[in-house]
Amino acid sequence: MDRSHRGPAGPDRGTGTPVTADHAAVIAATGTKTIVEARNLEKSFGETPALRGASLTVRQGEIVAVMGPSGSGKSTLLHCLAGILVPEAGEVWFGGQRLDSQSDDRRSTLRRDRFGFVFQSGQLVPELTAEENVALPLLLSGTRRGPAMIAARKWFGTLGLDGLERRRSGELSGGQAQRVALARGLVAEPEVLFADEPTGSLDSMSGELVMNLLSAAVREHGTTVVLVTHDARVAAYADREVIVRDGKVSTLTGAQP
Amino acid sequence: MSVPLTLLGLLERGPSHGYDLKRDYDAYFGRGRPLRYSQVYATLFRLARDGKAVAGPVEQEAGPERRRYVITEAGVADVERWLAEPVAPEPDLQSELFAKVVLALMLGRPADGYLDAQRAAHLQRMRELTELKQDSDPLGVLLADHALYRLEADLRWIDHTAARLDLIAGQVHR
Repeated sequence: MDRSHRGPAGPDRGTGTPVTADHAAVIAATGTKTIVEARNLEKSFGETPALRGASLTVRQGEIVAVMGPSGSGKSTLLHCLAGILVPEAGEVWFGGQRLDSQSDDRRSTLRRDRFGFVFQSGQLVPELTAEENVALPLLLSGTRRGPAMIAARKWFGTLGLDGLERRRSGELSGGQAQRVALARGLVAEPEVLFADEPTGSLDSMSGELVMNLLSAAVREHGTTVVLVTHDARVAAYADREVIVRDGKVSTLTGAQP
Repeated sequence: MSVPLTLLGLLERGPSHGYDLKRDYDAYFGRGRPLRYSQVYATLFRLARDGKAVAGPVEQEAGPERRRYVITEAGVADVERWLAEPVAPEPDLQSELFAKVVLALMLGRPADGYLDAQRAAHLQRMRELTELKQDSDPLGVLLADHALYRLEADLRWIDHTAARLDLIAGQVHR
């Protein structure tokens, strides 16, 4: 894939930027192409079943919100789609490749090179500065430090983080840390961003800012997003939503491919 | 919303013609439901009759005759009292959502199917409002947020109800 790190061409702080511009065109151009698919996944933790025949198809370039009550299996589904967990039955496909049957190393490489992640609490490395945290995926995939740091710094303006590059996570507010985590999830220009309750630890204003920025950035780059949330206001940024109940997926709106 | 008190509030900014009051009302509060001129002038007439405003002399320049209205001390007191009073919470105890769920259970029809359809409709409206916010001015954002939070409250009720349908079904007599 292109690793030129062209950097974000997104909005100045992103808060008021239209997020749907040209996105319909992106979907129209690529919309029939499935990028991630779960087929009849089953997964248990001990005696407790988390997924019981869960299926989901995600098209390239779309933002899909995965909703559902606590314990419904939505995070487990995301972890299986991202190759973090391996289901006991069923299949996971990514870009035409079977993902779940690949080795740990191969899945790890795929996650590093082609997926991005944002979790509920930023999970930044406390010993590193904000810009080093953002550059981390690039450094881990072998990019030299200089180009990696340049690519990382480009995101600070886009995400309203100018001036915070050298701060460590303990010196950032929750909202700032989550925007740094978002930059880290996007810096390597992943094909799919997996976001698990990305605003779950934030107040409503900070959460809205993070979602505006996330939405603007991924639509700008045509990134596919699988977004786990229990918050309907967060799900409203998605193109469609599905509900996970008792380990199965129901589609509520939008045409299922 | 009280149209007379809102117009009176706009009038507290300074003397105004009915035309200007209607224009500002529509811009700030109309949101697709503009006031009729007849409603504006009838309201101003009543406010003047009740001592809340005073109508100035007819200004006959070019065009139709115009009057400038000025708020009175009694009018200012009404506006002040109104702004300080909390609006009565509207618990919607007999909402259509509630009635449909109960009737569906009573008739043995699929209440969960209805709740799913309602959830989808609510989420679709929330998506539209979220998109609308991207191009709105701050007042438009404020209004969209108000609608979003109310829809979110409905959704929480829908989820809560969906999780307890079996229990509720046992309480509904067919």
